[in-house]
Amino acid sequence: MKMHSWGRYPTCDSTLETPSSQGNCARNLREQRATNSGKLIARGMGRSYGDSALSATVLATKNMDQFIAFDERSGLLSCAAGLTLDAILQVFMPRGWFLAVVPGTRYVSVGGAIASDVHGKNHHVEGTFCEHVSALKLMLASGQILNCSRTEHAALFHATCAGMGLTGIVLEATLRLRRIHSSTIEQRTIRTKNLQEAFEKFEENLHCTYSVAWLDCLAKGSSVGRSLLFLGEHATDEIFSAPRKRVLKVPFSSPAFLLNRYSMGLFNSAYFHRPIAANQVQRIEAFQYFFPLDNIHHWNRLYGRKGFLQYQCVIPDEGALQGIRKILDMVSTAGKGSFLSVLKKFGPANANLLSFPMQGYTLAMDFKFEIDTLPLLDELDRVVADHGGRLYLAKDARMAASFFQTSYPRWEEMRELRRESGADSLFHSLQSQRLGL
Amino acid sequence: MNSILIIGANSAIARATARLYAQQKDSLYLLARDTEQLALQKADLIIRGANSVEFAPFDANDFANHEALVATALETLGHFDIVLVSHGSLPDQALCESNFDAALEAFNVNALSVISLLNFVIKPMQERRKGCIAVVTSVAGDRGRQSNYIYGAAKAMVSTYLQGLRGRLFPYNVNVMDIKPGFVDSPMTAHLSKGPLWAQPEKIAQHIVSGIEKKRATVYAPSFWRLIMFVVRSVPEVIFKRMKL
Repeated sequence: MKMHSWGRYPTCDSTLETPSSQGNCARNLREQRATNSGKLIARGMGRSYGDSALSATVLATKNMDQFIAFDERSGLLSCAAGLTLDAILQVFMPRGWFLAVVPGTRYVSVGGAIASDVHGKNHHVEGTFCEHVSALKLMLASGQILNCSRTEHAALFHATCAGMGLTGIVLEATLRLRRIHSSTIEQRTIRTKNLQEAFEKFEENLHCTYSVAWLDCLAKGSSVGRSLLFLGEHATDEIFSAPRKRVLKVPFSSPAFLLNRYSMGLFNSAYFHRPIAANQVQRIEAFQYFFPLDNIHHWNRLYGRKGFLQYQCVIPDEGALQGIRKILDMVSTAGKGSFLSVLKKFGPANANLLSFPMQGYTLAMDFKFEIDTLPLLDELDRVVADHGGRLYLAKDARMAASFFQTSYPRWEEMRELRRESGADSLFHSLQSQRLGL
Repeated sequence: MNSILIIGANSAIARATARLYAQQKDSLYLLARDTEQLALQKADLIIRGANSVEFAPFDANDFANHEALVATALETLGHFDIVLVSHGSLPDQALCESNFDAALEAFNVNALSVISLLNFVIKPMQERRKGCIAVVTSVAGDRGRQSNYIYGAAKAMVSTYLQGLRGRLFPYNVNVMDIKPGFVDSPMTAHLSKGPLWAQPEKIAQHIVSGIEKKRATVYAPSFWRLIMFVVRSVPEVIFKRMKL
């Protein structure tokens, strides 16, 4: 069947397996190994944007989605990898627990969050998702199941965290939840008139638990990088209200021409100038703060049938301001842009071989798929490379192998480990083949 | 807090329904073939909030054991507020046409075992004068189609049985609900290619829970299938028999 991930680009003719037990999962791997050209990749909710969850055979973990155990004292939760962050939050938020790290959508699986080593608005404080994973159960190409942690099969653990599914199938994981004392977030919004000021405000507010900036990527001249910086802390009112259900749905692909530089410029401008109570603390639902786009079911369809590309880069502190300004200039000159451009300050990198974040600033933008989008992104790659940065594999659908290999210095360790564990005989995605992994 | 017996508890629809009841802190008793899966479900449902979860292995074809199974479940739960029957299998129509044993097996699993089990559920519920018996059948039972009429006939048998039972139990304040899902994306249908009419088991589960609460007689899930099946039933036979459905 034709498959694609969240960006709806590219598409791939794949066979879909949906094992409902670990036994079935092992059987699927055995069958795949039996066919010489067997290429298989695990898939959770399909929320990575590009081609990292696409392959000749796709093994979806959605039917392996049970809670396994929870320890009330330590906050350690064990669950099957197909379980979604949404399911965890629905069950645990009302009881005063929250995930240590959440990405911009709660409709991702635990396995997917581990494979992409996702980050959230608190990266500068808490690091990535995997830094709160204490152990995981991995099925190798042979069907053998290994318990991996920082002390047991440590090399495999650090390759599997952020490993894009290329070491095997993550079956189960144990994660640490954090105590919260309210289902709401106290949000402070700061309007900044340009990129320089946005950076200054990030640096000033490093003590805040959560920080993220929405950025008007279509602003020009001295306003380049004008943004709204959202700072957040968990409230402490001991009130836990039930999360609201999502409200809107995009039932089918809308004509892509509706999203053009004029409509997006209008939206961005209006969003930037919307009335906010500067420096005043606002109380909003946690789901609203962390997952604003989850309220619009299938928002990816807004970009039309051809889909879109998300471009997320990180640039180390030294060159970040310069590099990101350059990128915004180029995007703005090209007349491209997106509804949501997001800027965020990262903390230090971790020990996982292919983990994306590093000390610096990250910028994420959506680009509608058009004929001239790909060349523009190639140009942006050069700027990112010049400033010592790299791209997020979970969002990538097109970066060149050479760029990947220079920007992820530990990629050869990954390839070596794949050979040793036999993973390279079976686990391949379109992305891993493109990048030479 | 309800006491709920779920038969065929490892089916995708039953699993999703059990999760909703777990959130409501109900007590559950699960019957299904694969006890390893049931053990996983038990741990999952407890974490989701279920008051208690017990389970036992169950083979639909072992008719002789049905009475004892239901009795044990009743003893464990104390009484039945809700009994949900959702076991079944999708037979290979072509095989059933050439091999009656396969057809018989399909009727046993999808129809006769349901009726056998309900026999033992009826009495305690009748005596208690409340509760709901909910059975998952299928839109396939609404009209025989050449591509799938063995399955359809089995489901139709159950639907007709439930219609009669509904009247019989009405004076006892026990509701009998027939759930007719359309295409459901589940392990039973993993080999079929999916289109826009397909629904996730979680969606069907919501219809089941709300249908039971509202004491509905027949629930099409999702509800647009009521309209589709009305049209399908309305096509005159002279035309219908020529259609390759």
